Amino acid sequence: MNDDKTIVCRCEDIDIETIRKLIDQGVTSLEEIKRITRCGMGPCQGKTCGPVIAREIAMKTGQPMEEILSPRSRPPFGGVLFQEVLEGIDDEE
Amino acid sequence: MKNKASVVIVGGGITGTSTAFSLAKRGVKDIVLIEREGLASGATGRCGAGIRQQWGTFQNCLLARESMKVFENFQEVLGTDIDIELKQKGYLLLAYSEKEMDQFRRNVEVQHQLDIPSRLVSCREAKEIVPFLNTEKMLGGAFCPTDGHANPFLATKAYAKAAERLGVEILMKTEVKAITVVNDRIKGVHTSQGFIETDKVVNAAGGWSAQIGEMAGLHLPVYSERHEILVTEPVNPIMDPMVMSFSYNIYCQQTPHGSFIMGYGPQNEPRGYNVNATWQFLETMARKAAWLLPPLKNMRIVRQWAGLYNMSPDRQPIVCESEIVKGFFMGIGFSGHGFMIAPAVGTLLADLITGSPLTWDVVLDLGRYDRHETIAEPSVV
Repeated sequence: MNDDKTIVCRCEDIDIETIRKLIDQGVTSLEEIKRITRCGMGPCQGKTCGPVIAREIAMKTGQPMEEILSPRSRPPFGGVLFQEVLEGIDDEE
Repeated sequence: MKNKASVVIVGGGITGTSTAFSLAKRGVKDIVLIEREGLASGATGRCGAGIRQQWGTFQNCLLARESMKVFENFQEVLGTDIDIELKQKGYLLLAYSEKEMDQFRRNVEVQHQLDIPSRLVSCREAKEIVPFLNTEKMLGGAFCPTDGHANPFLATKAYAKAAERLGVEILMKTEVKAITVVNDRIKGVHTSQGFIETDKVVNAAGGWSAQIGEMAGLHLPVYSERHEILVTEPVNPIMDPMVMSFSYNIYCQQTPHGSFIMGYGPQNEPRGYNVNATWQFLETMARKAAWLLPPLKNMRIVRQWAGLYNMSPDRQPIVCESEIVKGFFMGIGFSGHGFMIAPAVGTLLADLITGSPLTWDVVLDLGRYDRHETIAEPSVV
């Protein structure tokens, strides 16, 4: 199995090689990697890929994981259908 | 870090990086760009990512058209291999009153003076462009097939990389703490990394441009306002253009990535720097979007966020050198349309900074407010 092709971000199909290349280019924060690759912007909101990428950054830079991993979870925190939002609105009008 | 620079640019968004690139391309050396967080971490990276040429004033049409030319030839102009995911499938603007239709008619005439290929459309034609569009209450609209979308993160990154290749020093995670002004002239910039001596500063700080102005002793007539936005999971391409209405108050587009991005202009939003997302937005947005574009009902929303519009008195950009503090340049107050005209704004700022005549005959100076020459742009969200 080719290790480099291991998928890190299942929402956006991003492999570890892409992440490592960016880290080598000096892109060493989760926020920046997210903006360039969309890792963490998908339905899981980085819950899966975040720690994996943080570990890669830590291995390359020696920075502690706690400093790298500053998860910014965006609402609604899990995918929600428009329909479900609409059903939840109390129609008082 | 350099302790001396010919120009210090404050802000690593699309305006700052585009200005850095334009300046460096003209041979200006020793440019430093300072960014408090990361590239595109402010309004640029939070915007709706649309590129519209359908404006109501000649000047805005011109800036938008010239910028679109750059977006269309981005890799060549910048010498980059970064693909900014440009999509030119148009902007469809919807009219809900005769008055709005008349405005579009006048706008299209202005756009045609600049060869922008826009046209008025009937409800039936609108439905040919977006088959599932709910045309209830709609009178018609306007459509420009060359309007579209680009990825703001990648465009900013490409500008930054191109600027660096031409010698620009970009300092991230660096904050401007103070600006030294002596006898109404810029003398230097104090940053969290140290002092940089310079006689030229460019304020491209977006949502925080008023603070940068204060540091130079200037009260700039801009303020920031939260605008919210959300995105769905990616689905197969089903909608070509950005669908937008000023009166129904919505914009919604499907990006090349497949996700739908949408937002609307808030009512009674207080001035400030709050960028939290709200459930009120989620509900109102869902209601608006599901009514206008019914297939959205079965799509999944994955994220909502917010960014700051930097508002000016006439909702139009301020691009000029201060008349009070020499060497203080600004590209501010974009009022929600900074991304789409950033290539042209970078050129204009490079004109001003190098003392060259403006590439295009436009009036975007701060003095226009004193002269009571505000720009009356009818088509803003």
